[in-house]
Formats: sequence, structure tokens, C-alpha cells
Amino acid sequence: MIAGHLPVLLVVLPLMAAPVCVLLRRPAWAWTVAALASWGAFVAAIGLLLQVLDGGPISYPIGGWAAPWGIEYRLDMAGAFVAVIVSAIGAIVVPYARASIEREVAADRIYLFYCMYLLCLAGLLGITATGDAFNLFVFLEIASLSSYVMIALAQDRRALTAAYRYLIMGTIGATFYLIGVGLMYMMTGTLNMADLALRLPAVAETRTILAALAFLTVGICLKLALFPLHLWLPNAYTYAPSAVSAFLAATATKVAVYVLIRVYFTIFANVDVFETMFLREVLMALAVLAMLSASAIAVFQTNIKRMLAYSSLAQIGYMVLGINFATLTGLTGGIIHLFNHALMKGALFMAVGCVVFRLQAANLDTIEGLGRRMPATMAAFVVGGLSLIGVPLTVGFVSKWTLVLAAIELNMWSIVVAIVGSSLLAIAYVWRVVEISFFKPTPEGAPAIAEAPLSMLIPTWLLAGACLWFGIDASTTLSVARASAAFLLGGAP
Amino acid sequence: MTFPGLFNYWVAIALMMIGFYVVIAQENLVKKVVGLNIFQVSVFVFYISISKVKGGSAPILSDGIELYANPLPHVLILTAIVVGVATMALALALVVRIQDAYGTVEEDEIREREESS
Repeated sequence: MIAGHLPVLLVVLPLMAAPVCVLLRRPAWAWTVAALASWGAFVAAIGLLLQVLDGGPISYPIGGWAAPWGIEYRLDMAGAFVAVIVSAIGAIVVPYARASIEREVAADRIYLFYCMYLLCLAGLLGITATGDAFNLFVFLEIASLSSYVMIALAQDRRALTAAYRYLIMGTIGATFYLIGVGLMYMMTGTLNMADLALRLPAVAETRTILAALAFLTVGICLKLALFPLHLWLPNAYTYAPSAVSAFLAATATKVAVYVLIRVYFTIFANVDVFETMFLREVLMALAVLAMLSASAIAVFQTNIKRMLAYSSLAQIGYMVLGINFATLTGLTGGIIHLFNHALMKGALFMAVGCVVFRLQAANLDTIEGLGRRMPATMAAFVVGGLSLIGVPLTVGFVSKWTLVLAAIELNMWSIVVAIVGSSLLAIAYVWRVVEISFFKPTPEGAPAIAEAPLSMLIPTWLLAGACLWFGIDASTTLSVARASAAFLLGGAP
Repeated sequence: MTFPGLFNYWVAIALMMIGFYVVIAQENLVKKVVGLNIFQVSVFVFYISISKVKGGSAPILSDGIELYANPLPHVLILTAIVVGVATMALALALVVRIQDAYGTVEEDEIREREESS
């Protein structure tokens, strides 16, 4: 009974819980509602993934209106996989947020934070579930609007300008996407993704559809912060409350990458998009530029959150690169890096959040000798950092190895060099943090601080542990990612 | 070609470019928001223009009318307008808080105060 309605429950649960948080007002109660809803969504996502693994894609007509007239929710392997990682991060961040948000957000606004958090989660999960191009726009804006609010909730006034800039660029991105959808609707008269896939080949050569493809690409790349459309990201992640940075870094850009996959491999499934308008060359050049330049900038940052934000930009380059290969191994690499990067960036931002919790700031000069004062926190940071570099036995190695294999298959040795080069830069910026926190003596007169509270450490270590677990035994994640990639490349669903 | 022709599309594109230019070129945060709104509205105009069917009546069922305009884009744009209003409200609320925090809504002055503090 309930199992049949899981695709919609996944979205409705957090969506309905959000106003309840506002009605309850008490921070503790709002937190309880948020925890229940996000864990409920996580269970629903797991259930969906199992259903998809068992019996192939699920189609759910909203309100019983059959597609293509009604809105269809459609979960295939890729969608269910992304839904699982997004809801998992959502569920793990809530317990973490309790102590962290109390410290970083004004007390009378805490219930509003949980409301926005649930709305953002609902929007992100909606994107993974929907099979309708316009519905996707609505969810994209639900997720974006709530994340602007969450960023602006931080006490630092620079968070306001960061949120404002994100709002302007995010809205332009979403509007570009809307124009693209409109142009496609003009030529095909449908908004359903599966239906679009069938009708687009007939009109693929028209200028309208080429314009649509361009608008969609630029709009989504603004949302996923592909170099050089990334200007909103570093400040937004730096000044947002720590729990928000962890949540957004691990989910928001990942879901935007997922939208890009949807557009290229579902909507334009029967059209060879990468051969039109130099799309392959342009995207590949930008992805490589992102990998190298963002990693290089990260080396010079003194604020650790900002350093991680720039490293995120580089990692997004990897994902776009994987999509861009458009081969089975390449797309597998893109999808598995999406999953793995959510784990490691979540763990890293959470570890930095623990440092901020004790020290109020996470700059390189304030963390001297911190490895001895907060060993558990900094150990989690090291695990995440090793993952970022791509050391064997961590998740980073699995995804980078897959991407390198894909590049070798295509005989693109320069890309292999770029992947390795970016990883070397990652060693540089991760090592600086490790060196200062573990090998520098604690400065005299430094405040005696305890380890972060367990309610923050356990979620951090859950993600750091997942980085190791899925790095040592990657067979599950790799096989799911490979199956999603095979399905996406197999043509129209 | 009769007068209207592609007139609507030209207007939509002109509005789009004006709005986009204002967003990029203006230093004043409120004016940026205005530009963003113009940019969004141009897309609404574009969608409504798509739905026009030559000789079609308004999409309200009544006797003796065979040809209707396409009602779907209208419905889509109702949703998009709601999204647009929410975005504007949030953007303006942010501008109010930026004014409280920095005492100005000019981008260059904000940057100055940021560097001096």
C-alpha cells in the first residue's frame, strides 16, 4: 500500500513537515520534526532504490493523471541513487545541526532554519524524483530559495551579501533553464521528459532546439557552479552556518549535476548532443580549467571553509568531465564521484564545523596544534582530506581511478595528466591543514578547549567512516553507478 | 506578413536583454533586483506568446467555439509568477538586511566598508 506511494512520499514528507516546524516554534520541537521527516525521507529513498534494483524504473502519475498530460514522477537507477545520497546527507546533518545551529544562528530564528532546511530537502529530492521538465524548475527554485535563506541566517553580515549574490546568479540560472524548457515546449508541445526524448530527434536540427540546449546548459552550469560561472559559491559556502555549508556542499551542486545528466541523457537521449555546437570541447575545456584553477586557488586560502569551497569547484570539474566523456566508464565515474564527493565534502565541512563550534573561526592561524586538542575532529578531517586527494582505500581513489580509466579508454592522455595534476594540488592544500594542526606546537596562551560534543562528532565520523567503507568495498556503489550509467546511455527510458 | 508577426518575441528578447544588462551593470542592489524582475517577466511574455493559436479563442469552454489557445503555458506561468514573486520578496528582504548591516545598498560602498573593517 505505502510502498506504491513512496515516490511522492519522498517529497511530501519533508514538504509537509516544514510548515509544522513554523507552527511549533520551540527549537527542540522543530528539531524533532526535522529529524523525523529527514530520516523518514531517507527510509523512503532506500525503499525506492531497492524497488528500482528489483523491478526497473518506477513511474508514478501525480493525482492519477496519466503522463504526458499529468505530472509524472519517474525514478530510474540514477534518480534513486542520487535520492539516497541526498536524503542520507539530509538525515545525518540534522543531528549535527542541533548543537551547531544553536551556536551560529540567533535563538529566535532556529525554528525558521529547520523549516527552510526541510523545504530545501524537499526541493532537492523532488528534482531527483520528477519526470517533468517544468516541475523540475519549480523544485529547483524551492531548493534554491530556501538555501538563500539558510545562508543569510548566519550572524556574519558578509553572509547577507553572499546570499544576495547567490540569489541573483541562481535566479538567472533558473530563468535560463525556464527559457530552454519553453523553447523545447514550443517545438514539441510536451514537458514530460520521456515524451520529449521521443519527439526531439525530429526537430533536433532547428535553431530553436539548439538555442534551447544552449540555454539549458548555461542555466544548469550556473546552478552547479562550473568554472567560470562559480562566483557565487566560495562566499556562500564560507559565510553560511557550518551545518548549512556541509548540507549544501554535499547535496545542492550534486543535484544540479544530476539535472545536467537528466538533460543530456534523458531529454536529449536520442540526439547526439555532444557533437552539436562544440559542446564536448567547451565543457571539457571548462571542466579541466575548473579542476586545475580552483585547486590552485584553494592552495592560497587561509580560511579553511573557503579552501574547501574552492576544492568543491574543482571536484565539480571532475563530475562534468565524467558526464562529458559520455562513455559507460566515464558516466559511471561521474555518477560515482557525485556520490563519493557528497560523502567526503560532507565529512570535511562537518569537521570544520566542529572546529568553528569551539574556536568561532577556522583559519589556518587559529588551528595550530589543534590535532592534539581535538584529535577526533581533526582525524575525521584527515580522512576526508585523503579522500579528496584520492589515496587508495578511500572513496576518492575509486572515483578518480574510474575517471582515469575512462580517459585512457578514449586515449585522452592530457586529461589523465590534468586529473593527476589536480590531485597533486589537493595534496598541497590538504597537507597545509594537516601540518599546521598536527605538527605545529600549540601556541602559548591558547584557550583550553575540549573535543566537540558527541552529537556533532558522531555524524562527522559517520560520513568519514563511509568514506573509508565505500573506499575499501566499492562493489555496491560501483555496480549501482555502472547500472545507472548503462541505463542512461541505453537511449530513451 | 501582418503587423504583429513575431512582435511579441522581439519584445520578449528586448526586455530580456534590458533586464539582464541592468542586473550586470548596476551597482545599486535594489536596481539589480528590478533588472532581475524585468528579466523574469520577459520569459513570462515569451511563454504566453507561445500559447497563442491563430484564430483561437480564450481557453474557456463554450458552445460554438472550435479553436482554443493553448491553456497550458498560462498555467505554467502562473506557477512561475509565484516563484518570481517569492524571489523578489526574498531579494528585497535581503537588501533591507544588507542596508541594516552596512548602512548602504551600493555594491562599491559595501566593498569599501568590508575592506576597511
